[in-house]
Amino acid sequence: MKLSELSPGSSAILRELPATGTRFLRMREMGLLPGTRVKLVRTAPLGDPLEIEVRGYHLSLRRDEAAQIVVETTGG
Amino acid sequence: MDLPPSGSASTSPLPGHFASGGAGPAHAAPTFALVGNPNCGKSTLFNALTGLKQKVGNYPGVTVEKKLGECYSQHGRAMKVIDLPGAYSLAARSPDEAVMRDVLLGRRSDTPQPDRIICIVDASNLERNLYLVHQVLDLGRPTIVALNMMDVAARAGVTIDVARLERDLGVPVIPCEAAHGKGLVEIRLAMSRTDLPLPRHSWDIPAPIAPAVSELQASLVQNDARQPLIARAEALLLLTDQDPLRVAGSAPHSARTIAILEQWKTRWHAAAIDWSGALVNSRYEAISRICGDVVTRDSRAGPPLSDRLDGVVVHPFWGWAIFGGIMAAIFFSIFSFAEYPMNLIDGGVAAFADWVKSVMPPGDLRDLITDGAIAGVGGVVIFLPQILILFFFIGLLEDTGYMARAAFIMDRLMNKVGLNGRSFIPMLSSYACAIPGVMATRTIEDAKDRLVTILVAPLMSCSARLPVYLLMIAALLPGEAVSTGAKVGLMFTMYALGTLGAFAFAWLFKRTLLKGEPPLMIMELPPYRMPRIRDVALHMTERAMMFLRKAGTIILALSIVLWALTTYPKHEDPEATSQEQIAQSFAGTAGHAIEPVIKPLGYDWRIGIGLISSFAAREVFVSSMGVIFGVEEVDEEDTTPLREALLAARWPDGRQLFTPLVCFSLMVFYVFAMQCLSTVAVVKRETNSWKWPLFQIAYMTGTAYVACLVIHLVGRLVGWA
Repeated sequence: MKLSELSPGSSAILRELPATGTRFLRMREMGLLPGTRVKLVRTAPLGDPLEIEVRGYHLSLRRDEAAQIVVETTGG
Repeated sequence: MDLPPSGSASTSPLPGHFASGGAGPAHAAPTFALVGNPNCGKSTLFNALTGLKQKVGNYPGVTVEKKLGECYSQHGRAMKVIDLPGAYSLAARSPDEAVMRDVLLGRRSDTPQPDRIICIVDASNLERNLYLVHQVLDLGRPTIVALNMMDVAARAGVTIDVARLERDLGVPVIPCEAAHGKGLVEIRLAMSRTDLPLPRHSWDIPAPIAPAVSELQASLVQNDARQPLIARAEALLLLTDQDPLRVAGSAPHSARTIAILEQWKTRWHAAAIDWSGALVNSRYEAISRICGDVVTRDSRAGPPLSDRLDGVVVHPFWGWAIFGGIMAAIFFSIFSFAEYPMNLIDGGVAAFADWVKSVMPPGDLRDLITDGAIAGVGGVVIFLPQILILFFFIGLLEDTGYMARAAFIMDRLMNKVGLNGRSFIPMLSSYACAIPGVMATRTIEDAKDRLVTILVAPLMSCSARLPVYLLMIAALLPGEAVSTGAKVGLMFTMYALGTLGAFAFAWLFKRTLLKGEPPLMIMELPPYRMPRIRDVALHMTERAMMFLRKAGTIILALSIVLWALTTYPKHEDPEATSQEQIAQSFAGTAGHAIEPVIKPLGYDWRIGIGLISSFAAREVFVSSMGVIFGVEEVDEEDTTPLREALLAARWPDGRQLFTPLVCFSLMVFYVFAMQCLSTVAVVKRETNSWKWPLFQIAYMTGTAYVACLVIHLVGRLVGWA
């Protein structure tokens, strides 16, 4: 499933990011790598952007960016 | 707080090849570069180390702030400190980050390569912070790691084995709490050491990429005169820079190096190897190993207070309430609290000018001093209250962490016109005054979004337009019989028109002029912190000084020029009234000259003088109208005499000049036209070129002209004249 499809409060393991060809390198440098655990904390009042927790800190990303990131829920 | 055994890891002396530094104790003061992620407390540490001994300027050619400070070693020796812009990575994604990278690599001709580096790290967020540290350690320079916010980490249940971290990295690691002054002595002690050890971290460069790194390194040494370790670090950066951001002031690479880089990239493309992703991965693997060694988390610690606060602050209902409250507070503070000091300044400047008039013999010199220089200085200083108030709030919001939340809440709406949430506060403040608004765009990280915000911010109706609106509304709807509702409605229409215009142009510019791949909108939401008044106050004064120094001089010079235009040539009759004088001055001549251009709008040459003289500042239109129509004392609050004079004005053929249509059209003209020299000066300063302010004058005044032309034509057509 996609990171944007997680429900607030749930966690997942990041599986795939778009190749770093152009834009997603910074996301990797911020610690979002395949195998990283991410948690969707909440969404902004208007539903976009999303707040996620990764490596112990909080990050905001837009829904259409999160929709390009494949995650795998761990059932917890 | 437990302190690290000072210098336990290594005692290797500074190697001789750091020739550029002159870091030896007998030589000139060593320079330290302060680097770190945004929100790690870097400015606080810089302020704590250097106190008020700091200089804020700009890197030549770019709008990136250059902060220099000085502090003293344990032995009383002066040491220089450069506070580099906060960055997440040396692979630059913004001009700020590019400047930081280039200074560290010694690629900027205006800034010598620092001798030593202090890396500040947020201990409560060690893993991601270590990414930059790891890259910096690659440079092989003597480095000190300041492990800041130990208290925050402890509260979050995070314990860090400092000695172990020191061993893994090879450089001194000093725990500290810059906000409370803890650990500063130890940092100063480490800075005073002459035998700072060199980095000893290790990580595996992925096998398919390693040969490219060696080849690039060799080329950088041979063709770009780099020393070997810097060359290796730079080779790694070239491989993670998708679009190696070059900013003014940094030297380009040799053709040979670029050719090697392109060769490898082509090869990897063909083999479908994601080289930059692989490099980031293996660096994070090394960092995760270190963190696994040194970080212990107490799983019993509940969700941090910050997280619980956020449940309210960005709540679907309370979030809006808090946001609205804070924005209203900022807006009304700029609008109304600033009024008192502004009146004081206004009165003080006028009183001073009167005093000069009373002690100097009448003449051109006296007029130049009072009406040109003093009035010009007054015109600069008058903006200080608004700038100080806005930057007090911005400093507070940045320092507490709310700024990121405000952007988080507003992002969706601003995204509709292609901007991001950070553009909201600059646009809101521009309702009071575009000058602090434009200056506030520094909080927008993306360079294009920042430029678009600067370009459209002056369309928001600022307080200087109010006197013009009020005068025109009074002339358009004279008499007591007109309901207040109609007047308010008209006023509101002007504000709405400006706001819609700003968003429409933002949308347009993002689609045409500043098109390009949308940047990845990722933004850290840092934990909430108590603001530090000292840092906020420093921030405020820095802004104010920068405005006075950079924009103030331009504003002053242009004020004097405009004064001369309305004063010369002198009327032959020394007893001429100011009405007669302005009519035959350069400005008057110019008014006549532009009459053919503005006649289609229904304006005559006298309105033309008003437009020209109010190019300095919109509110000047009111006093110019006073002079031109022979009403000497114009009170901005009560414009009745001026209103009567305007309504009595006639074209030579006897038609009324200020018809309702012309009054309405003039209001619209002032909504759109860039009638503010101070904004032009600030935009010049913030964009570092004359290109953008000139473009801004052209598009805004062009829009005003076209809009007024349409209004006039349509108005005539429907018989509303």
